[in-house]
Amino acid sequence: MTTDTKTGYEDLPRLISLMTGDEKHQAAAESTVDVLWVLYDRVLDITPENVRDPGRDRFLLSKGHGPMAYYAVLAKKGFLHEEELADWTSAESRLGHHPDRARLPGAEISSGSLGHGLPLAIGTVFGLRAKGFRDAKVVTLLGDAELDEGSNQEAIAVAGRIGMPQLTAVVIDNSSATHGWPGGIARRFEVEGWTTRTVDGRDHDALHEAFTTPHPDRPLAVVATVERKA
Amino acid sequence: MNMRETFLEAAAEALDADPNVAVVLADISAAQLAFAARKHPDRVLNVGIREQLMMSTAGGLALAGMRPIVHTFSSFLVERAFEQVKLDLGHQDVGAVLVSSGASYDMSTAGRTHQAPGDVALIDTLPGWTVHVPGHPEEARRLLLESMPGDGRVYLRLSAQENAKAHLGAGLQTLREGRRGVVVAVGPMLDRTLEATADLDVTVLYTSTIRPFDAAGLRAAVDDTGATDVVLIEPYLAGTSAHAVTDALSETPHRLLSLGVRRDAEVRIYGEMADHDLAHGLDAGSITLSVKEFLR
Repeated sequence: MTTDTKTGYEDLPRLISLMTGDEKHQAAAESTVDVLWVLYDRVLDITPENVRDPGRDRFLLSKGHGPMAYYAVLAKKGFLHEEELADWTSAESRLGHHPDRARLPGAEISSGSLGHGLPLAIGTVFGLRAKGFRDAKVVTLLGDAELDEGSNQEAIAVAGRIGMPQLTAVVIDNSSATHGWPGGIARRFEVEGWTTRTVDGRDHDALHEAFTTPHPDRPLAVVATVERKA
Repeated sequence: MNMRETFLEAAAEALDADPNVAVVLADISAAQLAFAARKHPDRVLNVGIREQLMMSTAGGLALAGMRPIVHTFSSFLVERAFEQVKLDLGHQDVGAVLVSSGASYDMSTAGRTHQAPGDVALIDTLPGWTVHVPGHPEEARRLLLESMPGDGRVYLRLSAQENAKAHLGAGLQTLREGRRGVVVAVGPMLDRTLEATADLDVTVLYTSTIRPFDAAGLRAAVDDTGATDVVLIEPYLAGTSAHAVTDALSETPHRLLSLGVRRDAEVRIYGEMADHDLAHGLDAGSITLSVKEFLR
């Protein structure tokens, strides 16, 4: 891990610990924390100041379960106050077990049901292209088990065939898919024409390089491997 | 031109007129829109036979500030990708104009796979949708173009069945006045309703917009006639708008007869649309019998 991300990153465990009551999804939350941090800290141009800029980069959290790491990163980056974290999921809170874009500025989509983020990301890329924003990046985060949803297979095929270099799908692989993906997850994307990179999902520099190395004319799938789900 | 051809022409005009308009297809009607696609390659998007992706693509387009039109047959548009309709449009709080063709049984020889009499009832489970059921191609055209500004969620239900004349206008329109009851005809049900009630002393109201429901218009018609009997004639599942009538008349003692596609059995016939009309009691003769028996 690099020193330049230390200040914010090292505070994330404390922020995550402020949120309790969703132990079922604790592992799901922590599997994403390094990817989320690298994206928000070093890859995407997304800030509270440009959150309404039509040409901004987009991050679509498809795997809406266990959003503690997501909320912690958003708090660290100034989208919400950390005092809000402690009473998350209460009737007064904007923060639920699945994020709601209508209530939380900075959340690009409301998610929870699996298999929606990547298809929505494809529509967003089409829309940005039509509006002339061809450089804005659109990144969506999925879980490996989420690829079970057929809607993702529809999306992977079309994005690969269309091209879509603006698009990145990052798949957190904690080996939780019930029937698995023989040949590895990257293979599902490769055969459809995506550029793929499989990296250690805890290694910030490796993630940064995977996200930022050019992939002309093709969408990018980054498979971020983390510990097997307990 | 029928409603579908009229819609496709109007959609091409909308693409020319407004750079924010996009059309999303799942192969159906792609050939008819090929010219528009060549003119606007970034805004006519055919995702192949992938209805879930078609609907989510519309959601993503709207998130990026576009105004998407989504079109395929009614069964694939509303039923196959219903969670995408619910989550990727409604729950994201973005809009789109969904345009179906096929109605309840336009494809009468295709069997149940291409028939969707439950489409409006399904959309009706979601808040905030406007539902248009035009009864004439010119109404379809007008309703599409009126749906393009803004960012509302609109369902436009096209049919091969149509009335002889267009009735352009908002809410419930009074086409005949009587004293024994109020008959509400929706979209393509109008001409047969007028025929069926020609010898009955009833008020006939027509609408091509069923959501939001024109509650004030219905109350006014009931008050004017002094009658307490209401007949609802809809081209999709019987009783789909019964709750809207009940809400509109919550302060008024009334009786309600709901006619439409029958709910009690899956009708497994092929044949012509007219054969299906008969099977569901939606031909003029059956409507006359039902209304007469109800009015007593």
